[in-house]
Amino acid sequence: MTDLSQPARTITPKGHLGTRVREIFRYRELLVNLVRKDLKVRYKSSVLGFLWSLLTPAMLLVVYYFVFSVLLPGGIPRFPIYLLSGLLVWNLFNVGLVSGTGSVVGASGIVNKVWFPREVLPLSAIGAALVHFFLQGIVMVLTLLAFRHPVGWTYLPLLPVALVALLLFCAALAIFFSAVNVYLRDMQHLVEIALLPLFFLSPIVYSYDLIANRLGRFAGLYLLNPVTPVVLAFQRAIYGNYSDVVHQFPFWWYLRNLVFVIIGSSVLLVISLSVFRRLEGNFTEEL
Amino acid sequence: MAAAVEIDRVSKHFKIYREKYTSAKERLIHFGRVPHEEFQALDDVSLRIEAGQTFGLLGHNGSGKSTLLKCMAGILQPSSGSVTTVGRLAALLELGAGFQPDLTGRENVYLNASILGLKKGFVDKVFDDIVAFAELERFIDTPVKHYSSGMYIRLGFATAVHVDPEILLVDEVLAVGDEAFQRKCLDKVRTFQAEGRTIVVVTHAVELVRQMCDAAAALDHGRLVIEGDPNDVIREFRERLMAGVTSLDEVGREMATSELSPFWGKVRIEEIAVQYPDPERHNVTHGEPLCFDVHLTSNEPIDDVVIGYAIYGPMGQLIHGSNSHLKGVELGVVDGPRRIRFDLGSLPLLDGTYSLTVGAHTLSGLVYDHWEQKRRFEVAAGGRDEGMISLPARITTD
Repeated sequence: MTDLSQPARTITPKGHLGTRVREIFRYRELLVNLVRKDLKVRYKSSVLGFLWSLLTPAMLLVVYYFVFSVLLPGGIPRFPIYLLSGLLVWNLFNVGLVSGTGSVVGASGIVNKVWFPREVLPLSAIGAALVHFFLQGIVMVLTLLAFRHPVGWTYLPLLPVALVALLLFCAALAIFFSAVNVYLRDMQHLVEIALLPLFFLSPIVYSYDLIANRLGRFAGLYLLNPVTPVVLAFQRAIYGNYSDVVHQFPFWWYLRNLVFVIIGSSVLLVISLSVFRRLEGNFTEEL
Repeated sequence: MAAAVEIDRVSKHFKIYREKYTSAKERLIHFGRVPHEEFQALDDVSLRIEAGQTFGLLGHNGSGKSTLLKCMAGILQPSSGSVTTVGRLAALLELGAGFQPDLTGRENVYLNASILGLKKGFVDKVFDDIVAFAELERFIDTPVKHYSSGMYIRLGFATAVHVDPEILLVDEVLAVGDEAFQRKCLDKVRTFQAEGRTIVVVTHAVELVRQMCDAAAALDHGRLVIEGDPNDVIREFRERLMAGVTSLDEVGREMATSELSPFWGKVRIEEIAVQYPDPERHNVTHGEPLCFDVHLTSNEPIDDVVIGYAIYGPMGQLIHGSNSHLKGVELGVVDGPRRIRFDLGSLPLLDGTYSLTVGAHTLSGLVYDHWEQKRRFEVAAGGRDEGMISLPARITTD
């Protein structure tokens, strides 16, 4: 009966980040189960289930194809593919952050009754968004195959790095906002509104060069938005070989930007974990 | 012995808001200052619960006992001090917490178990036991939103006790569910005791502590009043209750009566002692006689004393009640201590926990003292009849 693998647990206002991270890791199975629950609940009584995750981007592609390639030709050629390669990234970030922010408040039922590392909640929200990301990735791949689109093979190794960068950044923000949201329920709405300008600050519906050229020497400023390097890497790898209307930088340029994002996000993550830790003590009183 | 739970100088204060400003606008208007009062729920509490002990935590409502339990469970973080627990811990605070209505019972068991920190491989092994314990074999693949509240609680309890906890925290949940289920819960808790697991029970049911616990502690207004042998703790707890440190649910009724009756306290009930036929066995089986002794005392000679009693069933129904006058017994003058024996004869009752209310009053009904359902007795009738009353029923056929 005695399970000595279970270490002693000390609950106190003081605590180390290391033990905390270890605890989150020990609860990884809960993370997976919460993601699974999230997806199951979402598609529980719908006939098509997971197909819905594929149909939305597919419909988007069809509509954009008609609008930008048939009705209003010009601009970026094969615009739907360009758009989707950036939108894939944005959807992951957007859905992960919004649902992550509401995750602790949404799970008040279990937060008030059972102990587990609460950081698992925002992380599982991001996990669910990641699953959708891969589902939409399938639509992307199918579209690329249908158009026999030339993929930038040499840039493909950027994609996992970009994904890690985005997940780190998203996790840092989601953990921070999910804790603040317990005390200040406005956070949820604030985050949603802040995401709107951020979307247009990222080169998703237009090309990076459009802004960078205007900024001239200050083009680096544009890259301060951590989502931008990730979007750029995806666009370069998926779309870039097709048309040089969009940015054509060497491999190391993308990589360097992504490494900056990873470093910055890691620092941010450490900060938000300690903020979370500090705020967590009174969750039960506020929920 | 090793400590399973070590509580070291734990304090907890809550902010009590008169108004709650949770939106940014309101916070801005009030410059982030929210009018509040500090409430000290726990004040420098230190406790050590040894591994394998069954520990009772007594206290009236608002004494901080549930707060302390939540600190042990890790749900609340102490404002200062620390709580260290060694071993897997399961808290029966609210059964079925975190069940997802849209998921099936099976999916919820796995989800709930992983919230409690278990691996899938382990749950696979005990899954059938959980379902059998909850008696939900037929409904395990039905979404729990279609469950009755009883089924919901059964599944929650079954999951919680099958996660192989080394420390079990119980917060009066044993008072929920139907009677058969309560008994099942108690049985399970007893099995845990026998297996040497650590159990912490939070309650104000003194009898439960006396029967089950190896050690106990009493809290009063957030402070630890006494810890040690359950009997000492219970006595101290009682005295404090009587000394006016009262809670509404336990003695509120007496308080209310005391305001009405000018004779309150002239005759006091010192003790009501249930006399089981076999003192080793804390229950009475079908057909056995049951007695209880009422110990009275008075400081001055009082000649107008009637003792009334009532027996309540497990769900609080009045089963039987009478008094000394109706039974044709005149108590005469009560001066100093006096013992009165009530012989109930053989009880036609079926299994369950029954409670006893005793009151002392004048013939005209003015109350001297009143113990509302403070004593309980167990009936273990055996047999398979359902309900409360045993009837000599016979079935014939032609």
